[in-house]
Amino acid sequence: MNEKKYPRLLTAGDGCVVVEFGDAIDMEINSRVASLAAAVRKADFPGFLDTVPTYRSLAVYFNPATTDVDALYSKLGKMASCPDAGKEGGRRRIIVVPSLYGGEFGPDMADVAEHTGLTPEEVVTRHTAHDCYCYMLGFTPGYSYLGGMDPSLETPRLKNPREIIPAGSVAIGGKQTGIYSIASPGGWRLIGRTPMKMFDPDRDPAIFLEAGMWVRFRAIGKAEFDEIEAATAKGIYRPEILEEEAKP
Amino acid sequence: MTVPVFSVRVPGMLTTVQDSGRWGYQGKGMPVAGAMDMQAFALGNILVGNDENAAALEVTLMGPTLSVTEGEGVVAVTGADLGFKVNGGDVPNWTVVSVKTGDVLSFTAPRSGCRAYLCVSGGIDVPRVMESRSTYTRAKVGGLEGRALKKGDTLRCGEPAPLWKRCEGLVCPEALRPVRDPAAPLRVIPGPQDDLFTEKGLASFYGAEYVVSNSADRMGYRMDGEPIEHTGAADIISDAIPLGAVQVPGHGQPIVMLADRQTTGGYTKIGVVCSVDVASLSQRLPGATVRFVKIPLKDAVELVCGEAKARETLREFRAAWRSGTRAVSAPVLSEHASPSCGEAILRVDGKKHVISWEEIGEVE
Repeated sequence: MNEKKYPRLLTAGDGCVVVEFGDAIDMEINSRVASLAAAVRKADFPGFLDTVPTYRSLAVYFNPATTDVDALYSKLGKMASCPDAGKEGGRRRIIVVPSLYGGEFGPDMADVAEHTGLTPEEVVTRHTAHDCYCYMLGFTPGYSYLGGMDPSLETPRLKNPREIIPAGSVAIGGKQTGIYSIASPGGWRLIGRTPMKMFDPDRDPAIFLEAGMWVRFRAIGKAEFDEIEAATAKGIYRPEILEEEAKP
Repeated sequence: MTVPVFSVRVPGMLTTVQDSGRWGYQGKGMPVAGAMDMQAFALGNILVGNDENAAALEVTLMGPTLSVTEGEGVVAVTGADLGFKVNGGDVPNWTVVSVKTGDVLSFTAPRSGCRAYLCVSGGIDVPRVMESRSTYTRAKVGGLEGRALKKGDTLRCGEPAPLWKRCEGLVCPEALRPVRDPAAPLRVIPGPQDDLFTEKGLASFYGAEYVVSNSADRMGYRMDGEPIEHTGAADIISDAIPLGAVQVPGHGQPIVMLADRQTTGGYTKIGVVCSVDVASLSQRLPGATVRFVKIPLKDAVELVCGEAKARETLREFRAAWRSGTRAVSAPVLSEHASPSCGEAILRVDGKKHVISWEEIGEVE
């Protein structure tokens, strides 16, 4: 196989070009995707439609009838080679996701505890202790691809996936953890539920989470769950979003 | 005079409110949705005097029956010919007709194509969700409660453009209508992962004939045919899925991703069907045969620009029509007319005018 040179531009049809920074799930590569996404949105060139940051590449959507496509390709090539394009500094933005663990909302907690050899309390402690990095959103509206779960919590997926998993379910699937943003089928182990809506089309913003943010799970009790759920139903709940210096 | 209100008597097979799509939120996992045949949709809006992005009804195969319970407006159907009728009388596609309280709009049976656009002056007025009125049923977003129409629904229209009434009778010239030849190959721009297929795999894709399977909906069309061979694994690290992307999972059968596609995915994409032909594919049905041919990016962009030009030309044509220069008959010469002397009859908007001329010798 010939060695690929990064960053590279990939044609993805007549209305999209992909800038690829590597071929791995890696925070350094992903942070370059985030930087370019910010720079492209700031540049706001004529014909610009949308950006989709993913693990290792940025898709830029445009209207070919109103875009100088050659000029766009060369501009993106230059922007991608400049590593600091749009960089927002080394601060972490952390969204706090309140979660009620175990009980009726975490029917697989016992299985996770058994598989990992931990007590349910330890599972909660470890799940809330490590911030998880949001590499990208996709799959369903507001669904985040998170990395950085405590490796000791790794638990295989269910052999028979559930037909419907309620929105807000906090789950573990293999090495990954995630939050179901809308009700959908799935095979991850459910350990809890957040009362906040990861996706609410009638709210502005409909989705709080962005690629490049960090997720911090916080264990809550039933009383707080009910409180947040009520505020969410009224559309007034706003999650805590913290800014912290990145740890070296 | 009030804007039209429609009551849904029969919902049809799959009738949804669509506009040009929900752009700007794909980075948060929100699919674009929007009209499947974007050009037919935009031309329909131009015909009825709207902004080209106004919400319309996307009608699939078996159309709805709607009654006008209030108001008046103009409507036009574009795209597939699904047998549109007003009060039981045939109304050809691409033609603007007026409708008023008591009228009944219906569709009989599909004659050609799969998706038609029923465009109304003022557009369908449903709340905008994330800046768009497009229905995305999987997440119950947009349109009418995020779903297809059902019996008993009420649809209101927005404020029409000032000259809407003058659009009545306007017909989109044939030359400006998109050609959706069901036998034409789909033109594909190679990439982004064409390097993950073998020579044999690429030869299958560009050489073999595929058939649209029964798994064909607004999200994507799965094809059946010669399996396409990968160099290695069929999976990649998930990346963005553009409109028209041809995904090839491990089973080797191509899937063309359409309006309701998920924003990201982990299958290799051998190429992307050019935007103009995405619309063409969306007018085909399960069982239709499909061939793929390569097209350079530059040529695909030219095709898109050609469609933009057609919309521009239709807007100019509409302006001329509305300014009243429309009903001008060809002059009819009188019996004894000659280059030096004669008469001709000209009709403008049905009114008769007589033009006479007489050559006068040069004045010395």
